[in-house]
Amino acid sequence: MAAPKKAAAGAAQDKTDGGSPPEFTREQELKALREMLLIRRFEEKAGQLYGMGAIGGFCHLYIGQEAVVVGMQMALKEGDQVITGYRDHGHMLATGMEANGVMAELTGRRGGYSKGKGGSMHMFSKEKHFYGGHGIVGAQVSLGTGLAFANHYRGNGNVSVTYFGDGAANQGQVYESFNMAELWKLPVIYVIENNRYAMGTAVSRASAQQDFSKRGVSFNIPGKQVDGMDVRAVKAAGEEAAAWCRAGKGPFILEMQTYRYRGHSMSDPAKYRTREEVEKIRHDQDPIEQVRNRLLAAKVSEADLKAIDAEVRDIVNASADFAQHDPEPDAAELWTDVYR
Amino acid sequence: MPIQVLMPALSPTMEKGNLAKWLKKEGETIKSGDVIAEIETDKATMEVEATDEGTLGKILIPEGTADVAVNTPIATILADGESAADLAKAPAPAAKSAESAPPAAAKAEAPAPKAAPAPQAVAEPDPEVPAGTEMVTQTIREALRDAMAEEMRRDADVFVMGEEVAEYQGAYKVTQGLLQEFGAKRVIDTPITEHGFAGVGVGAAMTGLKPIVEFMTFNFAMQAIDQIINSAAKTLYMSGGQMGCSIVFRGPNGAAARVAAQHSQDYSAWYSNIPGLKVVAPFSAADYKGLLKAAIRDPNPVIFLENEVLYGHTGEVPKLDDFIIPIGKARIVRSGSHVTIISWSNGMTYALKAADELAKDGIEAEVIDLRTLRPMDTETIVNSVKKTGRAVTVEEGWAQSGVGAEIAARIMENAFDYLDAPVARVSGKDVPMPYASNLEKLALPSAAEVVGAAKAVCYR
Repeated sequence: MAAPKKAAAGAAQDKTDGGSPPEFTREQELKALREMLLIRRFEEKAGQLYGMGAIGGFCHLYIGQEAVVVGMQMALKEGDQVITGYRDHGHMLATGMEANGVMAELTGRRGGYSKGKGGSMHMFSKEKHFYGGHGIVGAQVSLGTGLAFANHYRGNGNVSVTYFGDGAANQGQVYESFNMAELWKLPVIYVIENNRYAMGTAVSRASAQQDFSKRGVSFNIPGKQVDGMDVRAVKAAGEEAAAWCRAGKGPFILEMQTYRYRGHSMSDPAKYRTREEVEKIRHDQDPIEQVRNRLLAAKVSEADLKAIDAEVRDIVNASADFAQHDPEPDAAELWTDVYR
Repeated sequence: MPIQVLMPALSPTMEKGNLAKWLKKEGETIKSGDVIAEIETDKATMEVEATDEGTLGKILIPEGTADVAVNTPIATILADGESAADLAKAPAPAAKSAESAPPAAAKAEAPAPKAAPAPQAVAEPDPEVPAGTEMVTQTIREALRDAMAEEMRRDADVFVMGEEVAEYQGAYKVTQGLLQEFGAKRVIDTPITEHGFAGVGVGAAMTGLKPIVEFMTFNFAMQAIDQIINSAAKTLYMSGGQMGCSIVFRGPNGAAARVAAQHSQDYSAWYSNIPGLKVVAPFSAADYKGLLKAAIRDPNPVIFLENEVLYGHTGEVPKLDDFIIPIGKARIVRSGSHVTIISWSNGMTYALKAADELAKDGIEAEVIDLRTLRPMDTETIVNSVKKTGRAVTVEEGWAQSGVGAEIAARIMENAFDYLDAPVARVSGKDVPMPYASNLEKLALPSAAEVVGAAKAVCYR
């Protein structure tokens, strides 16, 4: 791991570095494109299945924010943990969890990651070090700090990547956690996904301090604002933060400036922002288009890109098929997994 | 007239203490604020400051004296112009001194309802303890500490976190000595941040560590209850069995003494409502030890409800290398054939005392210490009620949706035909806990109420 670029704790709050982020190799660009496409197509399919009634309850789509989890995952190493809130499908796919298992959980089937007992907001994978999937806004921040506590306790060099939104950033336990994380120098990267709206409440209507990278100032936690629509910027910031944590310097805050194209959940009335606002960001900043355009400029053929798209679509279609045909959990499952 | 210095109370539940050391000698000048002596209880050591000026006239209680009752005169201070000869005017020390002491200090009322030591008259041998086992006498506080220390020696994944658990040695001295043995890595003082550190504990447990999270009292755990229920209790189910949480949340629960509504709530019913949690609330020192060890080893989240009033009580604890009491098993503490009294934790104090009283009137009560509230040992309750045909539940918590209500429902479901009378509940009164000593006593259950309820179901 490279040494952190901004090592001084006092230098804490950086704006996004002026210049462009470090270039990706072609291989990295292709990987990022594939991962982001997988999330987008998966979420589009989930939206469709929801509309068909195959998915029940709440369903929060990640479309627009793909660069955040994909870039962060590229900055991590095996053993690092990921934990997030309820908008979690993208995080799961990024950690390498199978589309089939995620989609089947959305449809409440036995092949789902939680055997159909968790649903959209509650999935876990020990194997992929994914610790959920939490439905209580902000709860994952204390839990993610606990994952970091365990890393520190065991001295295993792993980092906990704890995601939460601009809405959760106003919860009290976030600051209780910040305090303990810095006090005990726990290896946790707090990734604040600022998608500008907490449900329907714009950041400006909910947050006295709208620069989320400064939310750790009173705890001396360094923070950085990152262009969360540029997967390269995300990866670079993630590496910097991870190096900081692995060096035993404690937590690091990354504010990912991103945007959610879809509603908060499937029943969003979309009255709190204009269609034009969404369209403009989609047109100007789409994280997937950015990579695609760079690849095309680098003379990757349209056909090669289409092949990636086709491969991703096959995975997603297969998952939708699986998720609709896999049986529901056995009735006996009602009573299992309450205790062990 | 010489001024009397009285043995001070250092905490709401203190009844007596040791006079550890005199820091002033007879004849020495004393200014207000001077530390004159050190007082020691099983919970803490405190300095006694003079509030009056003058000369230390006579030391009435020599240093090293143990078990000095609160409000006992321990010394006299001579004011300016007074001499040793005036000491004779001071009220005689000893028992009656309270009557002649200044009114404020003389309020010789026992600190709330715990004047009498808990009856530990156990008629029935504990089936978990092999016959002939050597026993040691321990306070419940020591039994808890030993349970944690033994489990921490056994498993490096076990650690303790909470407010004041390390350097202060435990707000109620339960974690005394653990920091010295296990170090700051495994005995962790947290900031005052219950919601946050409960979540940190649960997160650590999700990775396989085995935290013991101490709440200074369960009243403060209401700040953390979201993490306890939504995260700790539900994750195993929500993850389809993939990810569970082996964690103990422990601390004093229920009424202490004179600490009023916000510090006196009994959460037995709250936690025992939640699938995914186990809830333990022991009474005897042996059970405290054996059940805490079981709780720490349990792969599930366990709510371990202690009682501050009981911390200083002593009991016989088996001297065994590995003494475990299984979670989920009630114990018949006293056999009887006329009525079953079911309680747990400090409720047992009233239950056992009532059983003694009832025996005088020829009513033989069978007393069941539930010990675990979830999973509840319905079988032991039902078998007893089948024998006696009558039941009384005793709890410090409120009656509505309480544990007593649950027990009554189970008896009705499983032993309806055996009942000779409706199940009676004795509980805390349906009010927030008042501060005033007399009102507090009224708000809590009493042995007399248990006796009354038992006689009522026996139609006596």
